[in-house]
Amino acid sequence: MRKIPNYFIRLFTICFLLFTIHYVYGIEAPSKVLAGDAPNDAGRNIVIHWQLSPSDSIIEGYQILRKAENETEMTAVGFMGKGRNSFTDDGTIDGVKYTYQVVAVLDSLQAPSELSNIAVSSQQWFHTERINVLFFTFIFTFLIIFYINRAKKGANLFVRKIAGLLAVDEAVGRATEMGKPILYVPGLTGISDVATIAAMNILGEVAKKIATYDSQLIVPNTDPIVFTVAQEVVKEAYTQAGRPDAFKSDSVYFVTDSQFAYAAAVDGIMTREKPATNFFMGYFYAEALILAETGASTGAVQIAGTDSVMQLPFFITACDYTLMGEELYAASAYLSREPLLLGGLIGQDWGKVVIVAILVVLTIIGLLTNLPVLNLF
Amino acid sequence: MKVRLPLFLVLITGILGALPFIIPHSIAQNFDNEFRNTVIRIIGAFSLVLGVGSIIRHHTYKITHKREHWQYSYVLLISLLISAVIGLFGGIDANGWLPTRIGSFNFDIQTLFTYIEVPLGATMFAMLAFFMASAAYRAFRARTFEATLLLIAAFIMMLGSVPLSNYIFPKLPSFAEWILTVPNTAAKRGMGFGISLGTLATSLKIILGIERGWLGGTK
Repeated sequence: MRKIPNYFIRLFTICFLLFTIHYVYGIEAPSKVLAGDAPNDAGRNIVIHWQLSPSDSIIEGYQILRKAENETEMTAVGFMGKGRNSFTDDGTIDGVKYTYQVVAVLDSLQAPSELSNIAVSSQQWFHTERINVLFFTFIFTFLIIFYINRAKKGANLFVRKIAGLLAVDEAVGRATEMGKPILYVPGLTGISDVATIAAMNILGEVAKKIATYDSQLIVPNTDPIVFTVAQEVVKEAYTQAGRPDAFKSDSVYFVTDSQFAYAAAVDGIMTREKPATNFFMGYFYAEALILAETGASTGAVQIAGTDSVMQLPFFITACDYTLMGEELYAASAYLSREPLLLGGLIGQDWGKVVIVAILVVLTIIGLLTNLPVLNLF
Repeated sequence: MKVRLPLFLVLITGILGALPFIIPHSIAQNFDNEFRNTVIRIIGAFSLVLGVGSIIRHHTYKITHKREHWQYSYVLLISLLISAVIGLFGGIDANGWLPTRIGSFNFDIQTLFTYIEVPLGATMFAMLAFFMASAAYRAFRARTFEATLLLIAAFIMMLGSVPLSNYIFPKLPSFAEWILTVPNTAAKRGMGFGISLGTLATSLKIILGIERGWLGGTK
């Protein structure tokens, strides 16, 4: 007679035990079902929490049933797998009273919980979890306004030298001497991106210098809205520099909104027109290196500025000067030397000092409380 | 008026744009969604007309003044015209008024996009590999102390990323991982702080009308 394999005996034993547990003793229901309005939302959400069923390890999951105040029967609104103890019902009507029941399910076996408390969904006017952000924004705003006021009163505000911005005059002068144009690429994002706005601010200052030196500017754009803004910025800059006649509307133009088609177009401009200086200011994606390397191969002086951390190494490698992160935002103030803008810059730096101080203090507290050796508190 | 009206609009829209962050109520959220999805889209549609006008004007100027490589402007303008006609009258998938199918040959706008624009874009993207190689060559020349550090870090990273390194020095992959997750992440987070604060400060200065560079000047 053949011997019964061990695995078969084990399987049989497990099945038998499960059968015994499920069909003789049944499964147990979850308990302590609590329902409540989801906080900090636009309404129509109720969160249900429950204590897991003692049979949680063997059941399939939990079915969530709901009953509105004007209904007579429970209706299923969701199902959560075993081990899960909360569910958000996002199909409620604000102001209507609901009760919930959570049912542990295994095949045809069901173990319903007690009915939950009555819950009503509603929308809130204030996001309580964002108080910290609001608080810091107020501090930061206060610092900026404080230093702007100091600047208004004529305080001497020191701003450290930024090599990339110091080189702008030299770069524009070089282009003028060589009789070659200056290329300004304002990034690939739309006008709603702050990097693009910063790029527009810098464009205004650069265009003023170009107008003064009577050099030629080329601004190819990838976004039609940015194109219209850039055109106005350059036009206004030429007017402010006292050279409205020198402005050529053809120097600022729209190319395409396709990423690599734009890269190809700008590469083409660089190889055909051979600009003496290339500015890459704004937010860039994978085309950053394609643009910067092509520019480097033409021998142009290249000044880049981006808050795209991923693309910064490429610009640092391929460009002569790179404005990193926030330096891009500071550039407008730096170039214009406008006291109000410089005041804002100082306020911004003090904001960073506050953050660094908080980080240092919290790090020390964290170390003192969590390191076993230094468990002083 | 030319300056005050834009500044006033920026002040109002700036405040209305920031409020939904702290007001979860549906009035604020719906207004914000409507503004971002509908109003900006309408502005975009109008500016696209200006954009296309700009392309046509720019290349017509090149052709009429016989600027360098002016012949290519013909290619662009003809391509623009053909794709505009096909896109406007042929429908996306050959379901428009204009017939865009001759036997098994399709030339609807989706086909043009899939078989012309996508491969051309992919070709440009593929060139990135060669640009990376030339950039890496320049970056990894140990001319200064910083460049030497970069070279060493890059060498460890590259070696640590290949299975062979496990046989050379078993701890190398974890050391490479440490470089990536600790010093690299620390630097990125530091920059992230600066960028976030810079964004906040710039937004504030624009909303309050202190930063007026986008208007063409600070006066």
